[in-house]
Amino acid sequence: MASDTPSAAAHVFEQTEMLLNMGPQHPSTHGVLRVLLKLDGETVVDLDCDIGYLHRGVEKICEHDTYPMITPYFDRLDYVAAVNGDLVYVEAVERLMGVELPRRAEYLRVILAELQRIASHLLWLATHALDIGAATIFLYAFREREEILKIFENFTGARLTAHAFRIGGLQWDANPEFVRDVLAFLDILPGRIDEYETILSENRIWLARTVGIGVLTAADAIDTGLTGPVLRGSGVAYDVRRAAPYSVYPEFDFEIPTGDTGDTYDRYLVRMQELRQSVRIVRQAIEGLPEGSVMAARVPRVIKPPAGEVFHTNESPKGEIGVYLVSDGTNTPYRLRVRPPCFVNLQALKQLAVGHLVADVVALIGTIDIVLGEVDR
Amino acid sequence: MSGPIALHWAPQAASPPPPPPVVPSWSPVELIESIGVPHGFAEYVVWPAVQLALILFVVLTAVAYLTYLERKVAAFIQARLGPMRVGPVGLLQPLADGLKLLSKEDLVPAGADRFVYLAAPVLAVTAALGLLVLVPFGAAWGTVTDINIGLLFLLAVASIGVLGIVLAGWASNSKYALLGAMRSSAQLVSYEVALGLALVGPLLFARTLSMQEIVESQRFTGLWWVAVQPLAFVVYFIGSLAETNRAPFDLPESESELVAGFHVEYSGFRWSLFFMAEYANIIITSAIAATVFLGGWSMPGLETAVSWIAGTDATTPLYSTAFTLLSIGVFAGKVLVLVYVVMWVRWTLPRYRYDQLMDLGWRWLIPVSLANILISAFAFLVAMRPDQGGLLGLVEVTKNGLWMGWAGTAYFLLVNLATFAMAAWLLAKLNKTAWSTDLHALRRVEALRRAGRLATAEEARAE
Repeated sequence: MASDTPSAAAHVFEQTEMLLNMGPQHPSTHGVLRVLLKLDGETVVDLDCDIGYLHRGVEKICEHDTYPMITPYFDRLDYVAAVNGDLVYVEAVERLMGVELPRRAEYLRVILAELQRIASHLLWLATHALDIGAATIFLYAFREREEILKIFENFTGARLTAHAFRIGGLQWDANPEFVRDVLAFLDILPGRIDEYETILSENRIWLARTVGIGVLTAADAIDTGLTGPVLRGSGVAYDVRRAAPYSVYPEFDFEIPTGDTGDTYDRYLVRMQELRQSVRIVRQAIEGLPEGSVMAARVPRVIKPPAGEVFHTNESPKGEIGVYLVSDGTNTPYRLRVRPPCFVNLQALKQLAVGHLVADVVALIGTIDIVLGEVDR
Repeated sequence: MSGPIALHWAPQAASPPPPPPVVPSWSPVELIESIGVPHGFAEYVVWPAVQLALILFVVLTAVAYLTYLERKVAAFIQARLGPMRVGPVGLLQPLADGLKLLSKEDLVPAGADRFVYLAAPVLAVTAALGLLVLVPFGAAWGTVTDINIGLLFLLAVASIGVLGIVLAGWASNSKYALLGAMRSSAQLVSYEVALGLALVGPLLFARTLSMQEIVESQRFTGLWWVAVQPLAFVVYFIGSLAETNRAPFDLPESESELVAGFHVEYSGFRWSLFFMAEYANIIITSAIAATVFLGGWSMPGLETAVSWIAGTDATTPLYSTAFTLLSIGVFAGKVLVLVYVVMWVRWTLPRYRYDQLMDLGWRWLIPVSLANILISAFAFLVAMRPDQGGLLGLVEVTKNGLWMGWAGTAYFLLVNLATFAMAAWLLAKLNKTAWSTDLHALRRVEALRRAGRLATAEEARAE
């Protein structure tokens, strides 16, 4: 057949590699990520991430908005961890202004931020398990996440884009109902985490799909600039809450879980442990919640930080999120730049995925835990 | 007398074999004849047509309601409600889905092989529905036809279904569909082997390929073959999950990586034909499992229940009708239980990867089913009566089936335990690394695999 037609057809059959375009409309790329895969059979030989489908120019927009107007944009960077985005921005502005916060406000911020971390990790667990084919865990995790979103809705009025904080504190104080809801949630969550681990941690198929997949050594992880659970999964105990403490984190007792080999299973274990650690932090914070005001005194009505610059980082659920803020003394920032953990962590995808199979690529996108709102900004 | 020495202390079959169980003789063919239809025409044309129409109606409705059941089972497992809005507790949901799919546009992608693309879903669904004629839904007139190579025919036609999948994947002109089709063909080829081998075990006991006679043989012996062939049942069940593309083996359509796999380009009713084929295949593989391993339509106490309703005269139309309908009920119950387990598995387990699936098929299921055949055949030979070529005389081969007393039953149950032990030993030897739960070992294996795959890819590029 081929001998009769020595044309383009013969050439096609000689080719051993195939380009597969995964995304931007694909159920497992967690948004509008486009991954170009070069496949040999089902083995990934090469990989290229194409991002920018969700680019909104947030950093440029911020140059034209007043400081309080910018906070909601941070809700929409990592839209599954809105509170953590808010926190790093308002703290950066407060540092620039030299505002000292009442302790009650700090405690409430920690409670909300850690609840959001739990919510974000639950969403990660749900989608990661769904990518690997365990559909039921998806709904179990969403059931618990829903409780957190209800708490947010009662407290801030919004479920997803909470806009929880104001520069200088919080807009609203916590009511007794909030404390009761949070405590009730803390009571059920550890048992539910046990349930997830019963379904997954020793499941042979789960082990087969995650153990040894996408191994990342500590050196490689540091060289690539990874942070968050992806870095800790490789055995580096780096957590901004410990390394460069902010807010009132030094007052709480918690551990930083790390993995040892840096494969997908280790990253899974690390995040499951972090869920439990966050529960610990929230419980301590809510039990030690001080009385007092939730807004700092002497926050001006029009916020004009003194001219200068600040780089402030937080530990978001995805990794180290940073804000670089330059003020020229007016009511809008001169320059604002976000150091997005998802964007940096996504760069590791190629070194993780090459040599694995197509099915592993979705597991690896899941294990990095990206949110395209933050990658593209 | 030459041959093996008869051991006189060996317990003989406790009693002489009983007469074959009753089978009602009346059939609705007589009813059709009584209104003046000639005999041959009534028996070979009118009545089968009525049966086929009934079966198609019932099975297609069942297929539609399996989608409903699947959603309800999923909802039950996932702590939610499932379809609730269309009709009472969502009972009309399948109807609404069907109407929606019928009204959707039938898209053919650019560059597709039009004829093959349009024909593939028809092929898949035809192969699935064509098998229904051979499924022994019930006793007496509850079955359309019963041919002496029934099981073989079922397996052969069932594998035509994969052709529909492969053609759909190829004709779609889509890389995702192509990958799905590729996986599917590899998967079905390797699991067909395990599936077929698993069925050989019970066939040793049934001594026939006719579906109806397989049921009768279990009825005669008074034992379901799952009791003497549990290992084969497990292998068959796992194989049938893979054969019907169900989780954890739903790789051809794995929605998380291949979006929908081979039917990614299909829309509207052609898409739902694939869906129907999938669910019809679930029914058929469960029906085969119920027939071969779980006694088919027979059930202890079935005759007693019938005699309460219709007396003991097996020749009356009432007896025949009651017997057939009850047996159909029993069969449907068994199939439903199996279908429920299939769904339960789907909503509990994560999905295997393509290479792990091949591993499971070739390194676990096929060796274990081969070992099962070997051990069972040997044990069977030992247990047969000396004058029939055996040794112990625990089992007697009669023209109606096997006859074994309590001693024979106990013997085979013991053999089962031994088979399980030997199979476990064999598998542990074959799969030293995969057997362990040592995470470090698993990590090493996975790293080696990755290196191996990279090397293969490099080689291919160098050429």
